Amino acid sequence: METKLLEVKNLKTHFNTERGRVTAVDGVFFTVYAGETVGVVGESGCGKSVTAESILRLLDEKSTEYEGEILYKGKNLLTSTINDMQSVRGNDISMIFQDPMSSLNPVYTVGNQIVESIMLHQNVNKKEAYEKATEMLRLTGIPSPEKRIHEYPHELSGGMRQRVMIAMALSCQPKLLIADEPTTALDVTTQSQILDLINELKVKFNMGTVMITHDLGVVAEVCTKVVVMYLGQVIEEADVRSLFSSPYHPYTDGLLKSIPQLTGDRSKKLHVIEGKVPTLHQIPKGCRFAPRCAFASEKCHEEMPELAQADHSRKVRCWHYKEIFQAGEEGPYVSAADSY
Amino acid sequence: MSVQQIPIEQPLLEVRNLKKYFPVTNSLGKVTGHVQAVNDVSFHMKKGETYGLVGESGCGKSTTGRTVLRLIEPTEGETLYKGENIYQLKGRKLLDMRRELQMVFQDPYSSLNPRKRIGHILEETLKIHRIGSKQERMDRVMDMLNKVGFQSEQYFRYPHEFSGGQRQRIGIARALMVDPSLIICDEPVSALDVSIQSQVLNLLEEIQDEFNLAYLFVSHDLSVVRHIADRIGVMYLGQMVEEASTDELFAQPLHPYTQALLSAVPLPNPTIKRERITLKGEVPSPINPPSGCVFHTRCQHATEICKKNVPVKRDVAPNHAVACHLYE
Amino acid sequence: MQTTVVREQELSQVKSHIKKERRQLLIRRFLSNKLAVTGSVIIVIILLFTFVGPLLASYDPYELEAKQRLLEPSDAHVFGTDNYGRDLFSRVAYGAKVSIGVGFFVAIITSILGMIIGLYAAYYRSLDNILMRLCDGLMAFPAILLAIAIMAALGPRVENVIIALSIVFTPYVARTVRSSALVIKEQTYIEALKAQGAGATRIIWVNIAPNVISPLVVQATFIFADSIITEAALSFLGAGIPAPAPSWGNLLYDGKMVIFNAWWMTVFPGIAIMLTVFGLNLFGDGLRDLLDPHNNKAKK
Repeated sequence: METKLLEVKNLKTHFNTERGRVTAVDGVFFTVYAGETVGVVGESGCGKSVTAESILRLLDEKSTEYEGEILYKGKNLLTSTINDMQSVRGNDISMIFQDPMSSLNPVYTVGNQIVESIMLHQNVNKKEAYEKATEMLRLTGIPSPEKRIHEYPHELSGGMRQRVMIAMALSCQPKLLIADEPTTALDVTTQSQILDLINELKVKFNMGTVMITHDLGVVAEVCTKVVVMYLGQVIEEADVRSLFSSPYHPYTDGLLKSIPQLTGDRSKKLHVIEGKVPTLHQIPKGCRFAPRCAFASEKCHEEMPELAQADHSRKVRCWHYKEIFQAGEEGPYVSAADSY
Repeated sequence: MSVQQIPIEQPLLEVRNLKKYFPVTNSLGKVTGHVQAVNDVSFHMKKGETYGLVGESGCGKSTTGRTVLRLIEPTEGETLYKGENIYQLKGRKLLDMRRELQMVFQDPYSSLNPRKRIGHILEETLKIHRIGSKQERMDRVMDMLNKVGFQSEQYFRYPHEFSGGQRQRIGIARALMVDPSLIICDEPVSALDVSIQSQVLNLLEEIQDEFNLAYLFVSHDLSVVRHIADRIGVMYLGQMVEEASTDELFAQPLHPYTQALLSAVPLPNPTIKRERITLKGEVPSPINPPSGCVFHTRCQHATEICKKNVPVKRDVAPNHAVACHLYE
Repeated sequence: MQTTVVREQELSQVKSHIKKERRQLLIRRFLSNKLAVTGSVIIVIILLFTFVGPLLASYDPYELEAKQRLLEPSDAHVFGTDNYGRDLFSRVAYGAKVSIGVGFFVAIITSILGMIIGLYAAYYRSLDNILMRLCDGLMAFPAILLAIAIMAALGPRVENVIIALSIVFTPYVARTVRSSALVIKEQTYIEALKAQGAGATRIIWVNIAPNVISPLVVQATFIFADSIITEAALSFLGAGIPAPAPSWGNLLYDGKMVIFNAWWMTVFPGIAIMLTVFGLNLFGDGLRDLLDPHNNKAKK
């Protein structure tokens, strides 16, 4: 458990666009240990996917600037050469994407694509690579992999394609898996199969996993630690149980309360976080959540809080979390888990 | 909102044995089979009621919604709106039906014409039905914009200047312009973020009370449907396998598919650990659905009879019907 | 009533403000597009030449002057004279009106016809087959051959050149419009209109048409340029504008005989055609970048 795989320290990702410089990620911190799943949650535009792509440096290098550090086994990926990155990608860190259809090349069989990625990173001949590919497909629960390996992506269902993607990502036994919304395009019953699979393989290979998602249900189901993002920043970090039972940041709390539940009283109105997420061109001056926060004070509008240690395992970026959390035992601030 | 109303009351909408088969052609244009998208679906809705239609992709829930609105002509069956079969309406009566039945779409981006100001998008509905003078129409549009949370000056803005959630509210306003009595909501919040989703759901509930609307709420998200629906129909492979009041369905799901579906939803609560029913295999092709019960290929309780006979949907309790041989 | 009036005024203010804002944005975007700016500068110069040129020309373009035949460019005759002693500058200047006029009218006519054909073909599947096969048939001939054939049937007149070129180029516009309209037709807002009971005319003309305008305008610019070239080619082959009218194609035709002893007779009309077509094509490319939202995103 105690092997520190990945450490993201104050990551900032800037894009140079036609309309000027935009900072999509502005202060992201988290650490991933072997065998652990870290969930990165947030709504669209919060920078969670850009964070994932920054780790592997998949963004267009010409128009992107990075700041901060991304340490993989102590080595800073942001200052590595392109060649070094090439060998890190796939070999040490693998990624799976939301849309399994567009991440697979439609003109090659799935076998071809897995074999290609195996031969790129490992010193094996084609026959061995095919055996390995078949083995990987079997591992991801694809029935009769000897047959499936010769099929084209369009012949497979969405769930099968995602299994192929996972097989491809894991074919080189990476130490770290980055999963960017891996089940968002899938149906619930397929989603539960895929989540089970990721969980199972994580234990088998003692992999660290970064699970990027907007679905708090998925987080609760598979993650051990959660990082909540809002408008490019990490605003809260906690172990999964504490986060769901007692969120410190008002945004996390609002988010948890606005999801419709499968159990409990359903006649209550849903909680609403007023307003909308500002665009990256109009970032508020102080705390980025202040304009939508019910507890915002003068200070919140003026000064940006830092991500600070709240207690031994938790961090939060809020000036008032202590007062809010204590006051919240009654009144408007009832944590989501109480409604069960 | 309540389900129990005077029993003799005529249903607002009644769908009877609806079937929709799409022909499948080979590369030479010859019909080689049919996708049985909707296969013998029946249900009814009362005034002011929300009926949830749930199921996974490809189960035919969206096709059902569109066929009810006659955006797609059915292969067989009828839909009675206030006692009249809408597939036989023509001219003025068809236009009236189109006024009373409105639709809210899933994709907030492609559902608004990018070249039109939002005021004009809303006004168009009134123009189609030749309602009001120019001034009256403008006033009505302004009022509706205010109602769904916009300022009057946003009348002249174009859709691309709004976020997904705002666009969805415009889509809802468009449906409301002509005082409908039933709105078909096709996955109205699936494309939205959690915090925006709750805004839109609350808006839907508010206007339902205000205008006494009925919703046919098509969605794959069980938590959302549980929150908003009074009664729910569960669809699998073109058929309705279970139908019950919301509380009943979640307290006691009977059909094995419903049970599996419910257990697969990830709960946003890490302290609850449930026994999950994992379904084997994949949804069979709707071109060649299994014989007998369509679910038997994946059902852990399947017996010989399930492979041979098609189960009939029958009431097993008040407000609870299921199509499964286990409950016969 | 009072409140309505107040609201009206307030709103019209808001409206004009929003319009102003949008106009400024458009101008800014236009100015940042180098292709469009260069293209339009060239076009403006050509247009100036077309309208001001004849005023500057001190000679009648039809006036024959046997003694002044085939003079090299000089102070008196800036572009020289042709084999009948006519001043070449005035002929190029007057010819601009003819050549650009033909291109302009062809662009307008093909846009209107192509739009109607394309929209209806896209909306009605049954019409689609008939209309598009017709277009395929027309497109099967090389443009210039078809144009010559039509000219042969109609006889050599400026109006007939416009008709012939319009027939030749309409299928191309129709195809462009149809393919954009097919995409628009599948958008959810069209389905929403159907669900509300909107008729075909409203859907086609009020909702689909505005969305195909941008590809249509781009296409029309290219057609403009193409028809100038095709007109020149027709006249060069003697099947276009009847002599002695000065179109750029006719000037090239006249120059053909004496190309080895009077280079100016081919070079100046040639440059005029090249510059115009180049300007139009640049402008068209720029316009496409400006109007196509995908292109803009790609740039970011």
